[in-house]
Amino acid sequence: MKKSGAEILIECLKKEGVKHVFGYPGGVVLNIFDILYDEKDIELILTRHEQGAVHAADGYARASGKVGVAIVTSGPGATNTVTGIANASMDSTPIVVFSGQVPTMLIGNDAFQEADIVGITRPCTKHNYLVKDVNDLSKTIREAFHIASTGRPGPVLIDLPKDVTAGSGEFIWPEEVKIRGYNPTVHGNKYMINQAAQMIAQAKKPVIMAGGGVILSEAAKELREVAEFAKIPVTMTLMGLGGFPGTSKLSMGMLGMHGTYYANTAVQNADLLIGIGVRFDDRVTGRTNAFAPNAKIIQIDIDPTSIKKNVRVDLPVVGDVKNVLKELLKSMKELKDQQWSAVRTAWLKQIEKWKDERPLTYKHDKNIIKPEFVVEKIYEATRGEAIICTEVGQNQMWAAQFYKYDHPRRWLSSGGLGTMGYGFPAAIGAQFACPDKIVFDIAGDGSIQMNIQELATAVINKLPIKVAILNNGYLGMVRQWQELFFKERYSHTHLDAGNPDFVKVAEAYGAAGLRATKPEEVEPVIKESLKIKNRPVFLDFVVDWKEKVYPMVPAGAAIDEMIFDEEKEAGKEKKLKAVK
Amino acid sequence: MRHTISVLVENKFGVLSRVSGLFSGRGYNIESLSVGETIDPATSIMTIVTTGDDQVVEQITKQLNKLIDVIKVVDFMEIDHVEREMALVKVSPRKEDRTQVLQLAEIFRGRIVDSGPTTYTIEITGNESKMNAFIELIKPFGIKEFVRTGKVAIGREGIRKTK
Repeated sequence: MKKSGAEILIECLKKEGVKHVFGYPGGVVLNIFDILYDEKDIELILTRHEQGAVHAADGYARASGKVGVAIVTSGPGATNTVTGIANASMDSTPIVVFSGQVPTMLIGNDAFQEADIVGITRPCTKHNYLVKDVNDLSKTIREAFHIASTGRPGPVLIDLPKDVTAGSGEFIWPEEVKIRGYNPTVHGNKYMINQAAQMIAQAKKPVIMAGGGVILSEAAKELREVAEFAKIPVTMTLMGLGGFPGTSKLSMGMLGMHGTYYANTAVQNADLLIGIGVRFDDRVTGRTNAFAPNAKIIQIDIDPTSIKKNVRVDLPVVGDVKNVLKELLKSMKELKDQQWSAVRTAWLKQIEKWKDERPLTYKHDKNIIKPEFVVEKIYEATRGEAIICTEVGQNQMWAAQFYKYDHPRRWLSSGGLGTMGYGFPAAIGAQFACPDKIVFDIAGDGSIQMNIQELATAVINKLPIKVAILNNGYLGMVRQWQELFFKERYSHTHLDAGNPDFVKVAEAYGAAGLRATKPEEVEPVIKESLKIKNRPVFLDFVVDWKEKVYPMVPAGAAIDEMIFDEEKEAGKEKKLKAVK
Repeated sequence: MRHTISVLVENKFGVLSRVSGLFSGRGYNIESLSVGETIDPATSIMTIVTTGDDQVVEQITKQLNKLIDVIKVVDFMEIDHVEREMALVKVSPRKEDRTQVLQLAEIFRGRIVDSGPTTYTIEITGNESKMNAFIELIKPFGIKEFVRTGKVAIGREGIRKTK
């Protein structure tokens, strides 16, 4: 039986197990939206901006491990998705974006609401398609979901001209996908894995650096087994948080620009660094020629282009992290007479010493709310069980430092692209994926205004998302750089004068609004917000605007050249001091 | 170091821009590029000449392989191969130099493909050094127009050495 292109699209989505689609209608996707009008198995969630739709699909994918889906119209609808797609690309999130396109016969004519979205998104998608014939539709969708979710995951865009969704064709679901140019290496080379086991056995001061790849390949259990078996301390990149329990004794927290003193110091003193599902981003490595200077580096990653891109690698293992770690554990267990605990005692003791020397800390104040205090209180109130989304900047770093993530897929943050406005729509996606979980968006007063319109989406869908605004009246991270490196010239970072009353904004949309201006109000306000189950809540925390994120590695420095807030540590008025 | 890289791709619209976009987006350099269908009309071969140190060229080949429409990548640096390019040169020599131009073309096994009252058009093929030598020699006679293809390359069949 023949079906319309729009019907074929919906059938394909069902075959892929899609339950939620985030989208926004428009002229050339009317056929699709018309089918969705009666559709029972797939729910379309109307966001209030296409960027919001893509971030929501992204948050949905990160929280659930499934492919996130967005549908938008042509032209401006499509171009509004670009930030969301680039964000998903940088963080390897599996999403499929369907964009409407003008009818095939009009393509290239500068028709109304025409944009060459395939051309525009080519460099920021894993792959993209323009479907010119309705009979290619199901095969294309099947391929798109396969490409998005396998290998190193990423976004795929499918551009659908209006005549393709309006036209009719046979619906044939291809059971198999075969793409001759696409065969990700899933199994690691056995010889290399045995070598890695040998290197780990011989290392006296090994460090595991775990990244987003651990979460993407669902390898948290395997990572834990390897680390605990061989007694290796673990540090995580921003994307890797939750890949290894943050409360474990072996955890050193996050490394890099705002990493912990002990993680950065351990990496710089290690004799073996095992990078697992990481790409050695510049925010992690600092100056690359001074990175892990004494260490041999093993890198395990499914994407060959990630290997040796930024730092030298002594032993590469290309393969799926989960598979490789399983094999690695086997190889290590085969090494007889290896005293895993005994060899590491001194090293683990040294790390404990570093942890005691300079723990992650801040100076509590009785009169003014410290943003770190808010994050700590959220951690306590949710017992570390919430899904935490973040915006970008100081809010993101404090949320990374002061909330401990014990499980994967509970930390949703824009790592690679650093997209302000990501957290709130991502929280909407996450709440749809995990309706029973508490979802927080830890935001700043700047970031939240970049997608604040999604309040409507959260309200209409009765999503009890908590948006904790660490309101310091500034673009805090940029202000921090201006204070430290630009002689306190706060060029265009002051927002306070233009900021709305966030409580009133929330209430105007039908959400709840709460505010805390004193430290003793923080906990009650958080507890109050947790009682609200049928609508979103804005929690406006008026925090100390002078607070900065520490430790900090200045751009271009080695990661052990950290700046600390001496006041924070000693409780004394002291100038910032660079620690060599 | 200069590398000649052969890329077997799906013969679909947009593939060329995926490949060239990869080079421009990542700051790699393309010295020459030639594209043509293979015997199988579903695939094309792109021959790309690029320069970079080992690490850069390793990234280039890996990034090319990562493109979904790329089926196979061969770096001829590691392989014994033959490479050729072609140029068409329109020369307008003075009357007294015309024979000399013809002789020069013959020495380089060029062919005269068009001849007019004042010009010759010479077709010349060869490897890069031969092409460059010819161009240097013909220059003084007055080049009116000059077009050149990108390089194409093909591997040699391995010959077993007999003792």
